[in-house]
Amino acid sequence: MREHTVLRVVVKLLIAPILIFALYVQFHGDYSPGGGFQAGVIFAAAIILYALIFGLAEARRAVPPGVLRVIGALGVLLYAGTGVYAMLSGGNFLDYDYLAHDAVHGQHYGLLLVEFGVGLTVSSVITSVFYVFAGRGRRREQS
Amino acid sequence: MITQFLSQMPVLLVVLPLLAAPVCVIVHRAAPSWFIYALTSWACFAIAFLLFVQVRIGGPISYVLGGWPPPFGIELRLDALNMLVVLLVTGIAAIASIYARASIAAEIPRERAYLFYAALLLCLCGLLGISITGDAFNLFVFLEISSLSSYSLIAMGAKRRALLSAFQYLIMGTIGGTFLLIGIGFLYMMTGSLNMADIADRLPAVSDTRTVEAGLAFIVIGLSLKFALFPLHIWLPNAYTYAPSAVSAFIAATATKVAVYALIRFLFTVFGAAYAFGQLPLGEVLMVLAVVAMLSGSVAAIFQTDVKRLLAWSSVAQMGYIVLGLSMASATGLTAALAHIVNHGIIKGALFMVAGALFWRMRAISINDVAGLGRRMPLTAAAFVVAGLALIGVPATGGFISKWLLLEAVMEDAHYGLAAAILVSSLLSVIYIGRVVEALYFRDPADNDGKTAEAPVSMVAATWVLVGASVALGLYASPLVETAERAAAGLLGSGA
Repeated sequence: MREHTVLRVVVKLLIAPILIFALYVQFHGDYSPGGGFQAGVIFAAAIILYALIFGLAEARRAVPPGVLRVIGALGVLLYAGTGVYAMLSGGNFLDYDYLAHDAVHGQHYGLLLVEFGVGLTVSSVITSVFYVFAGRGRRREQS
Repeated sequence: MITQFLSQMPVLLVVLPLLAAPVCVIVHRAAPSWFIYALTSWACFAIAFLLFVQVRIGGPISYVLGGWPPPFGIELRLDALNMLVVLLVTGIAAIASIYARASIAAEIPRERAYLFYAALLLCLCGLLGISITGDAFNLFVFLEISSLSSYSLIAMGAKRRALLSAFQYLIMGTIGGTFLLIGIGFLYMMTGSLNMADIADRLPAVSDTRTVEAGLAFIVIGLSLKFALFPLHIWLPNAYTYAPSAVSAFIAATATKVAVYALIRFLFTVFGAAYAFGQLPLGEVLMVLAVVAMLSGSVAAIFQTDVKRLLAWSSVAQMGYIVLGLSMASATGLTAALAHIVNHGIIKGALFMVAGALFWRMRAISINDVAGLGRRMPLTAAAFVVAGLALIGVPATGGFISKWLLLEAVMEDAHYGLAAAILVSSLLSVIYIGRVVEALYFRDPADNDGKTAEAPVSMVAATWVLVGASVALGLYASPLVETAERAAAGLLGSGA
């Protein structure tokens, strides 16, 4: 892809807005259409676009698979942890009312945290799936 | 704090494995992952036991998730029926944790063991979720969690064929899951509700429609795929044969049983026995399939040369007994089915654990490979004999109790042909168990180094705990039978 200057320049311009749009979808999910899953996919799309243009090795250096695995696990922990925190504060599992001093704030925090957990896990899992598919047949030379 | 803990116990059954799985992924090492798995499964077993006692004394427990009251939100509902299943699943998971360490160290590369334990925890989470949820859609979600993790567990088998059989299971399992989802969708269309108790209340008003009938058909076929009822069993022998030994033991003892539980839950709690077995001829259909499964599974088992595949075919036959029991929709029949769910779970778990121990020693598991091992691995081989007798249904073992109940149920309805089929199938199981026992004890080993070398103590101990449990349930059957009877009465009462 080294000779496709236009592609490389355009992609470089696009990746940052895509990432910001992912974050927008993430944090406005509780008011408007969107949420963790959609944001995670958009975020992963930016990384995949980078890998398509600059090569898998570059992408793996920027976003290592090992880190993705940890982030994916952390996302699940954040989701379940929010539920457990509600349990520790006296409510049932995932009962957001108990997350803050009043129920409305609690619902806000709960939704935000849970959706963020979903977003983290979805983006890292989608990127990992792409790495696995794109890396098929080249595993030996890299390891 | 302690009352808060007690009131949160139902959801902890699902939350503990769900939390432990990502922790396994983060710690990334084999030994700590095993420790996390063992700790979680024993904690779940303890919680299941406390809940079992609580349900026994105080009746059904309802737990509301996320502060949304039942018909709208998700409800966990524990009663005599599902506590029996939960106790079986957590018990097998806990004992498998003792077994798994040595077995997995020998079969799975060390750097991937942490993924294995994470997937096993997710599978446990899914199976427990199916068992305790009171929400039809939630049941589908947990079914997918347990299925996806079991595909990956099976794919981790040592041989390359494991990948293929996992893929085969994935295709069949996905079709099963989709059918279940379509069925639940039809019910939602007609009743506007996903809560099982709520659907059961609203269903009689619309039960004469094609949509509900189609929904029932989709749900029955989808779940039958999951527990490998006769014509839908193609995936099972390969999956059980090529999976890592600890996975074969865990999945054979729990996954199919939980799917049967889900079918019982849908047929008796949601649709009601009067509708599924009275208005529609479901009982006859299931009865025929169950008999064919019993006979064909046993005959196929006789002709296998691989011990694990032989046990897998025997599972197809044994699922036939369970379905036969529930297809009669009588109190005795259901009691027999529930008792056999527990007994067969324990027995088949023990037998697959023996197969795993033999594999650990020989690195192969065909009948010729295990020839003569009776003298070299006396404890392991003896466990196979006792568990084999229990599978056949010899008195003083758990298998006898549930087969006796089943015969009683069959005689009650004067189905003498079915009684004959049960006896023939039991005699066929004498042959296939006999073939392995003969090879273990009466044939000379393939090589003549003659050393006595048992499998690791942990593997032998775990196997014998299950064998002991099976004998204990045969000698002192009343707690299990009583619980099964109460569960059956509850199911038929709510269905009428």
